[in-house]
Amino acid sequence: MFWTSYLLAVLAIVLAWPVPVFLSRASWPARSPFTAMLLWQAIALAGGLSMIGAMLVYGLEPIGDNLISGLRGLTAMVLFNAPTTALGFWHLFALSAAALLTAHLVFTLLLTYYRIERQRRRHRELLALLAAPSADATRTVVISHDSPVAYCLPGGARSVTVLSDGLMAALEPAELRAVLSHENAHLSQRHHLLLWAFAAWRQALPWLPTTRLAQEAVNSLIEMLADDVALKTESKATLIKAIAIVASGPAGGMAAGIGAGMAPGSMAATATPSAHPGLALAGLEAAGGAASGSARTTVSRVSRLLSPRPQLPAAARGMVLAGCALLLALPTALLIVPGLLG
Amino acid sequence: MASLGELERAVMDLLWAGHEAATANTLRDKLATTTEAKGDTAGHEGKELAVTTVLTVLSRLEKKGLVERERGTRPHRYQAVSSREDHTAELMHEVLGSAPDREAVLARFIGSVTDSEAETLRKLLGHI
Repeated sequence: MFWTSYLLAVLAIVLAWPVPVFLSRASWPARSPFTAMLLWQAIALAGGLSMIGAMLVYGLEPIGDNLISGLRGLTAMVLFNAPTTALGFWHLFALSAAALLTAHLVFTLLLTYYRIERQRRRHRELLALLAAPSADATRTVVISHDSPVAYCLPGGARSVTVLSDGLMAALEPAELRAVLSHENAHLSQRHHLLLWAFAAWRQALPWLPTTRLAQEAVNSLIEMLADDVALKTESKATLIKAIAIVASGPAGGMAAGIGAGMAPGSMAATATPSAHPGLALAGLEAAGGAASGSARTTVSRVSRLLSPRPQLPAAARGMVLAGCALLLALPTALLIVPGLLG
Repeated sequence: MASLGELERAVMDLLWAGHEAATANTLRDKLATTTEAKGDTAGHEGKELAVTTVLTVLSRLEKKGLVERERGTRPHRYQAVSSREDHTAELMHEVLGSAPDREAVLARFIGSVTDSEAETLRKLLGHI
């Protein structure tokens, strides 16, 4: 029992700091984004579980040989006024912290959900009045705005993809199809659930810098997953061009974002054909180094498309998946197995 | 009968186009003529539009904070809280801005990029 809490604490610390840092620096996630996504989820779940578990097991140590008998003893204290003298200050402290952290995580998750849903509802209400249904695609509306903007607003049956006039004017039909298929992939693969969970995770533990790394990685991975879906129907050049046009439009720079006009095709005119593609790519990566999260995402997406690397071998993917299963099984086993054996 | 959602849209279009406050009766008459102008059965249905329905639509829009009522006059006159352009700008600000929850609320095709990256991407366009 005693060593269980220490093992869980070690696991919690390893998952809270070094593991996310290493994973966020690794380059293989761009090769197999789906596998990497599973790993991030396993790390977050196992991390939270072992954080709470370590404190719980430590706190219950004097009143039970394992989690189950400990919880039984605690219930007797809380509900039936059994004597609490066995619990020292630090035990009570650990138990309170475990209860508070659990409540905090659950409430933050619900609060984040409520806040996101409220914003989406308001956004949908305005869209219903301002945007017109698209002639080209179902569940797609067009809003009259000059910036090239495309986004999707998740909401079950009311999910909708929004395109701006500026985007329709700037893109060729094939590029538009690539954008639509990218956005539809977000909706059909339910990426908003991942975004919600990791937004809440970061919101709940803002002092833990790795929650930011996790959120940024997940944001970037879902874009890669959606790009991969778009590549099934459209060519790589089409997708890159669509990304480049949308990113270099006024929508990219926030300052010019609202109400700024954009002449379609002006980008092609300002492009300098003399520069070497490799140089352009190097500049892109250099720019990405110091950039914010979403800019890094765009940069890593484009470099991934420009210089594709093969998917991870099946054996490596299998190992990562086994690692995910182990990550979830380990804290669960540490919490439950002593009780079953005892 | 058109759905409440469609009516909300039609009423807002009228208020945005009119630039001035209007009573439910005026709006009903205008709605009837606009649907009539579209011809065939829609016009027939448009005539049956009741003032109470228009009032229901207006109170829904009022709850959403999109129209406001002039309290002093009877019958009440309604007007749009802000222009169509302002609302579009509000939406786009939500989309392009950096509100903390934005990335979870909606998924943009491209996130914000810096000027230098936009420049590099523009150069890149020349090679594809």
